[in-house]
Amino acid sequence: MKIVVAMRQLADLVEELEVNADGTDIDRDFVKFVSNEWDEAALEEALCHKDDGDAEITVVALDEPDVDQTLYTALAKGADRAVKLTGHDPEGWIRTGDRAAILASWLERDDFDLVLTGVQAADDLDGQLAGVLAERLGVRHAAVVVGFHDADSAVQVEQELGGGTVAVSSLELPAVLGIQAARQTPRYASITRIRQAQQTQTIQEVEISAGGSLGGTVRKISPPKKRGGAEMLEGSASEVAERIAELIRSKGLARS
Amino acid sequence: MAISVLVLSERIAGEHPEATFELLGKGSKLAKQLGGELAVAVAGTDYPVQELGGADVILELAGLEAGAYAAPIWEAGVAAAIAASSPRVVLMSTGTVGLDLGGSLATRFGGQLASYVIDLDVDGEEILATAQLYGGKMLAEVALDSFICFATVIPGSFPADDGRSTGSPRVERIEVGEKPKAVAMAIREPETGGVDITAAPMLVSVGRGIGSSDNLELVQELADALKVPLSASRPVIDSGWLPKPHQVGKSGKKVKPSIYLSFGISGAPEHLEGMRNAEMIIACNTDPGAPIFEVAHFGTTVDLFDLVPELTERFGG
Amino acid sequence: MLAVLETRTIFGGETEAARVIFYLLALATLLLFFWGIYRRIRVYRVGRRPAGWRWLRRATKYDIPDVTARPGVSKSAAVIAANRSITKVKKPVGLAHLLVFWGFIGLFLATSILSLDYDILGNASRIVTGHTYSFFRGPFYLGYNAVFDLAGLLAIIGSVMLALRRWFSREPQLDYTRAEIPEGGYSRSKIVLGDQVFMVGLLLILVTGLLIQGLRIDGEGFPSFERWTWLGWLIGKMFASFGVGAASARSAHAWLWWVHVGSALAFIAYLPFSKALHILSAPTNLVVSDPANIRRLPAPPEGAAGYATFADFTPKELLAFDSCTKCGRCHYVCPARTAGAPLSPRDFILDLRQWSDRNNQIPLFLDSEDRPTPSGPLAGNGPLAGTVIKERTLWSCTTCMACVEICPVGVEHVPTIVQLRRSLVDRGEMDPTLQSALQNISTQGNSFGKSARMRARWTKGLDIPIPDARKEPVEYLWFLGDFASFDERLVEISRTLAKVLNSAGVSFGILYEDERNAGNDVRRVGEEGLFEMLVESNMRAFEKADFTRIVTTDPHSLNTLRNEYPAFGLDKEVLHYSELLAGLVYRGKVELKPLGRRVTYHDPCYLGRYNRVFDAPRAVIGASGCELLEMPRNRTNSFCCGAGGGRIWMDDSFLEERPSVNRIREAASLGVEYFVVACPKDYAMFSDAVKTAGLEESMKVVDIVELFSEALIGADLVEA
Repeated sequence: MKIVVAMRQLADLVEELEVNADGTDIDRDFVKFVSNEWDEAALEEALCHKDDGDAEITVVALDEPDVDQTLYTALAKGADRAVKLTGHDPEGWIRTGDRAAILASWLERDDFDLVLTGVQAADDLDGQLAGVLAERLGVRHAAVVVGFHDADSAVQVEQELGGGTVAVSSLELPAVLGIQAARQTPRYASITRIRQAQQTQTIQEVEISAGGSLGGTVRKISPPKKRGGAEMLEGSASEVAERIAELIRSKGLARS
Repeated sequence: MAISVLVLSERIAGEHPEATFELLGKGSKLAKQLGGELAVAVAGTDYPVQELGGADVILELAGLEAGAYAAPIWEAGVAAAIAASSPRVVLMSTGTVGLDLGGSLATRFGGQLASYVIDLDVDGEEILATAQLYGGKMLAEVALDSFICFATVIPGSFPADDGRSTGSPRVERIEVGEKPKAVAMAIREPETGGVDITAAPMLVSVGRGIGSSDNLELVQELADALKVPLSASRPVIDSGWLPKPHQVGKSGKKVKPSIYLSFGISGAPEHLEGMRNAEMIIACNTDPGAPIFEVAHFGTTVDLFDLVPELTERFGG
Repeated sequence: MLAVLETRTIFGGETEAARVIFYLLALATLLLFFWGIYRRIRVYRVGRRPAGWRWLRRATKYDIPDVTARPGVSKSAAVIAANRSITKVKKPVGLAHLLVFWGFIGLFLATSILSLDYDILGNASRIVTGHTYSFFRGPFYLGYNAVFDLAGLLAIIGSVMLALRRWFSREPQLDYTRAEIPEGGYSRSKIVLGDQVFMVGLLLILVTGLLIQGLRIDGEGFPSFERWTWLGWLIGKMFASFGVGAASARSAHAWLWWVHVGSALAFIAYLPFSKALHILSAPTNLVVSDPANIRRLPAPPEGAAGYATFADFTPKELLAFDSCTKCGRCHYVCPARTAGAPLSPRDFILDLRQWSDRNNQIPLFLDSEDRPTPSGPLAGNGPLAGTVIKERTLWSCTTCMACVEICPVGVEHVPTIVQLRRSLVDRGEMDPTLQSALQNISTQGNSFGKSARMRARWTKGLDIPIPDARKEPVEYLWFLGDFASFDERLVEISRTLAKVLNSAGVSFGILYEDERNAGNDVRRVGEEGLFEMLVESNMRAFEKADFTRIVTTDPHSLNTLRNEYPAFGLDKEVLHYSELLAGLVYRGKVELKPLGRRVTYHDPCYLGRYNRVFDAPRAVIGASGCELLEMPRNRTNSFCCGAGGGRIWMDDSFLEERPSVNRIREAASLGVEYFVVACPKDYAMFSDAVKTAGLEESMKVVDIVELFSEALIGADLVEA
């Protein structure tokens, strides 16, 4: 089975984000970019399928800051091929519509059974990639996927509906899945392995020109106003525990 | 009068979800502003009709079997409803169905889409959406000016009571002609471990800060001493340390206990969505900047490994 | 025959047949002995020899006392001769061992001299000249007996002392209970029996030796010159007083001689297959052991991430396994073992030895562990790191070096543990918390998961400027480390140090956002690639800056900067801030007022044991007029806080008692109010431990710079 994992870079949420000069995007100059957490889950799930012996994995990503690091890490973890799509402004905010158009344009030339990607990303203001990409490719899709297995020409998908309830459906291949969680925490690739990948493997670069805006006009971006927030309990563990115990008792929820 | 706002009820079986009423409440205001009617699209023909009085029109999506779900089938159904009603605004939640259909329908109809929306307004010819970005660290104001606009709204953004008004909407049946290459197979309920975190008057909840599964025992002892269930945020569930029915948050359960006592949960928006309506939230996290302190009523930065045993002791554990 | 000169007959009274039998036995014994030794040496020879490998490392010179310098062979020989590595703790045990050590060397010499005279000189002279020469007569004979009787007595006294300890002492290090209990159980009764055989065997050889001497003198009718054989004379007299006449003494001698000779030969043959091997392996290991090895960790094997197969071990490591005497000192001092973690350095070495012996089909008699279900070193297959040594065991190590410090035979446990950890890291098998710490370090350069740009945020709110060493020349480049930069509690101390340095007129600067985690603990976790990446980043930052020397707040950073970075091109002196502060006092740059407090001081592992900085922090404490009460475990014997070697990034809640809590209780027993630390991680660990131990009311954790700052006179800028 040929699995394509679409990955992307995202401003590291540990960064203190600031708004750029014209107030319509975050200031990207001093921000560290890391791979999207859910894409990592998608990659992990793909690797698990490969470990089970039935997958060939291509990771694909648009040119974005530090994307090579993400792609080499994926290769170090066991992906078979890495592709970087260029031809756009790598420094800017790539919206979901454009991202999907670029990926679709490349995928139309490549052979695949499944595209896996993260269910969401923290800046996909104009929708989540999986559905948009599938629509552009004219194939099936499912989001919030927590498990799948392939059966001949279809894939049986488990989607998390909330509270542990799972919808099971069967989608004819090819299909695009937005992965919510892999069956295990994403594996660690040691820096030595990543460096080995850098020395022995190459990232294939493909220039694509495509676009497809889906979003409206961003008028402004701003940090939310802080609301009151919690009353902080100070003191030793024992003092704080006593305060909390009082709070619990005050609600009549414990006797002792 | 033409239909200007279409709300999708994400009901697959049983009751309409809370989010449907939140969207109906907001949708009816938007419809008034736009001078049209409010429609609600519902899967199947067998659904609790009397609860949907807040809408002017109910669009029954025939052929969407209740009790099963497949994204392409629903997409075909909702697309047929949109084609039949030509609304200006389509509202969904950021639940599984909304995440499934928002992007694909917007693409199909050539409309604009705003995701993670927490507020909506009409500004002249434009629909103005306020959306969360970067896990709530930023808010974006987006103007949508397309012929048809889509918004996926974070549950809890609007009061649900506004959407529970009585009325007698007319019912229209939407026939779905398209045959998607997919089969909705089953809805699998979680294995009943006897735990129902939504019914408990109090929850002890743990997050990533617990470090490893071996430490769960510590918090479990407190929960046992208090005779309340243990709940958790996504990382704990995804790591397989606790079974799925214990999860609080977007992909888990929405809970509203009298007291929500959290340990080592930083408070991602997906988690806050599931617990922000608790009567009293007490949060313990060593990072004073953790977003959970924004929604909590009481907070402490004392290390959970020191605090939990102290608490357990106080409740006879 | 009338003796012209004083001597005795060799093989007194034995028949010719007995002689033949003896020589055949001796020959067989020697063959067995050398075969056993050869098999072991053959194993060492297949060991991996890294680039530039040599048994004896040449010492290199540094400006700062080089803690990695290898002592010369003569110094090692002196250490061995005085049993210094054994006597440095547990003096009586060391003394007893010293008696056995020199006693047996004496007796070995005695036998060798006799053999030289009788077997070699005697036979050679008879063949060449037809006449048997011997120097075993006259004054030589008398002196020989007088001296070597003393050796025998000393050996007996020492052996009896050790035997009594082994039989009656309840010291935990003599208990062979494992720290990691394998599923399905285990038995070490063979090891226990082996100890008894070794000890009783030695005593048997010694006692029978003296008895046959006494019997011989008795049997010869007490020739007066045999008074020189004073101990034998006394024993002979004792026999005589019990009524053993000359004739019965001669017949008793005849069979007791066989017991003596038989047990001695058996012991020699048994030696390469038992604990007794340490007689040969331990001194060799002490000579080749290398203090640089732990402070400057060796690279992974060529083309591999870490140790995975037998061929990855170096000859020195294989020799070290064979040197272990199971004395249990490392087991006793290990903070992981003390805290209830499944790691004992002793078990680690014993497991590897058993695995190595199994791999090489080396038979061990009474020196191996049994398990009803094969697991660990007895498992049929499975990875070295993970099966032979359990993952949890490997991750339990704090790399505190207490085991290496105390080991009397020079075993270096820590580098081997790290080599095994490296293969775990390569397979991605680790605590999720450690994984996220490593990911944070690789993306943002710090373990806190904070943005790299936030590193100098602590400088905000200071009313003094902190110079940027990348923009202006400074004398001291202050390398803070992650904790002093990011931990909420510790940034306050960093600010205090900044104020102190500023008011003392020290020229210093920092690297701002260019500083990265120095990588000491990253390397010790086993993430060698990430360590190299961090070194490269920091070296680039150093190149941007203009400075004379480095001062660091973090002992862990100190170790890698001082001992490991030179291999990557750093050629600057690296100091700990306690050394800088002590220097200010010595050079009269500051004036301090006495605070008059009773304090104790905790030696950080990476400052004390690793880098031998013991006195500078004590000088600062003394200069600030505090009374220092030493904890029982101080200086080289300091007890780790539990945070080292990457443990701070791992879960420690499974421990019965965190090492930091154990340590705080030790301090509390002194009745001091202040627990002084000189390491940011210590501050964090012990502040928590004080709370856990419920001692918040009576004890306060303070950093030496806080004391210094409080005692500083006339520096208004400085607040405690």
